Amino acid sequence: MSRAGLLAREWLPALVVFVLGILVWEGAVRGFDIQNFLLPAPSSIVETLWSDRGELWSAAFFTFREALGGFAIGCSLGFLAAVVVARWRLLRAAVMPYAIAAGAIPIIAFAPITNNWFGVTGMTSKMVIAAVLCFFPMLVNTMRGLTSVNPSAIELMRSYAANEMTVFRRVRLPSSLPYVFSGLKVATVLAMIGAIVGDYFGGAPGALGVEIRRWVGIFAFDQAWAAIVLASVLGIAFYGSVALVERLTMGWHPSVRGARPE
Amino acid sequence: MSNQAVVSLRNVTKSFGSGGVTAVQSIDLDVRPGKFVSLIGPSGCGKSTLLRIVGDLVEPTSGEVVVNGKSARQARLDRDYGIVFQDAVLYDWRTVAKNIAMPLELMGWDRARRAERVREMIGLVELEGFAEHHPWQLSGGMQQRVSIARALSFDPALLLMDEPFGALDEMTRERLNGELLRIWEASGSTIVFVTHSISEAVFLSSRVVVMSPRPGRIAATVEVDLPQPRNADTREEPRFFELVTEVRDRLREGGLDEDRTAPGEGELVRTEESS
Repeated sequence: MSRAGLLAREWLPALVVFVLGILVWEGAVRGFDIQNFLLPAPSSIVETLWSDRGELWSAAFFTFREALGGFAIGCSLGFLAAVVVARWRLLRAAVMPYAIAAGAIPIIAFAPITNNWFGVTGMTSKMVIAAVLCFFPMLVNTMRGLTSVNPSAIELMRSYAANEMTVFRRVRLPSSLPYVFSGLKVATVLAMIGAIVGDYFGGAPGALGVEIRRWVGIFAFDQAWAAIVLASVLGIAFYGSVALVERLTMGWHPSVRGARPE
Repeated sequence: MSNQAVVSLRNVTKSFGSGGVTAVQSIDLDVRPGKFVSLIGPSGCGKSTLLRIVGDLVEPTSGEVVVNGKSARQARLDRDYGIVFQDAVLYDWRTVAKNIAMPLELMGWDRARRAERVREMIGLVELEGFAEHHPWQLSGGMQQRVSIARALSFDPALLLMDEPFGALDEMTRERLNGELLRIWEASGSTIVFVTHSISEAVFLSSRVVVMSPRPGRIAATVEVDLPQPRNADTREEPRFFELVTEVRDRLREGGLDEDRTAPGEGELVRTEESS
């Protein structure tokens, strides 16, 4: 079978489910005469996406920049912290329980506080909450990656009289990449959540979360739903682009290349 | 090279922790240039620990270790030995060629010289056509051959091997045994080889060092006088069986305590040994 044929066969079931889902939604809204404020039909959401595209895009782009900024800050700090913590066993023992516990607490609940600290209408407060959300999974994942290296691989480097810096650059870092990328992928989702929910507690006029709340307040549900759809599409694109970078940098990894040939 | 020993251990002892689990005790051992010496013994006899002491990957508690005429540490810093583990320990993100080139890169060889040596080594372990493959695309036996090529790439005086074929099936193991002898003859290096297979030790070695457990000691030394070159027929010779029997008897004499030990204790020592 051709490559295109294989691809079609792999993706066809998911595509069918998507189309069916939209059709059922559309049919249900029309057939049961569901009120617009409960659930607008997909067709009217798409219509709004097009007619209000200017306003929607600028709102989405604004909030996406908040998310991206928070992602960049949180992930780089998380990565650097992991490098430091991975180096000293004592530090690891002192810090890791809290880093792992932080994964279980709803950090997003701090959003009103960061608004309070860094200004309601600015981007900073949203970037901060997004950054804090990204920081912990990045720290924990990178840490795991850097420390779960096969001990023999380290012994081998020692047998080459390699110093610690060389071991880090040549072995620890590349072998941690799968973990780093899974941290980055989780962080894309969290960054979007942080930015939008941060907006909900007050933000600049024209930010996506602010607009969604305003539209719901004035019963403009088509707009609100269109904004949510747009946020979802952006979130998926964000995740997808990180996944793409992963594929490009880790072509050697079995999880990327598919199963062993045997 | 002179006839001076490549590896010389004098009264070497290693205890782990303050609790004092003694992995190896009072080991004296000389390995002359060009020899193939096997360390054999049950789990917990400290044979892997002993190998790591030679490689300066584990520090002995007491005793003197001389490798290639210098301290074990200096020998490691001078990259006087190559090492092969039970697991091939290939770097997944590097191709076969780049795995073999790793030590050469660390030693600062230029690109052209590296490429030439890698080609040579791939020929030596008969992996032509696989240079650009990644480790996951190779079978276990092929991975181990890459690991051997990498260990020999910088032409070390000494090759340390820690149960390199232990994870492979019997047929692959016997084939690689034959190949290892060919490589040994071609490279002229000295090999210290850890194994728990009696027939493997006899087939490969010039000398088999039999170790006994708890604490690990040298129980006996068996000189293997089978002629070189050895091949599949060697395994059929009466002398081969005599030597296998002799090693087995020495193991039994040395390892009598083994049967009386509670199973849990053996595991403890093994963990220490592999750490």
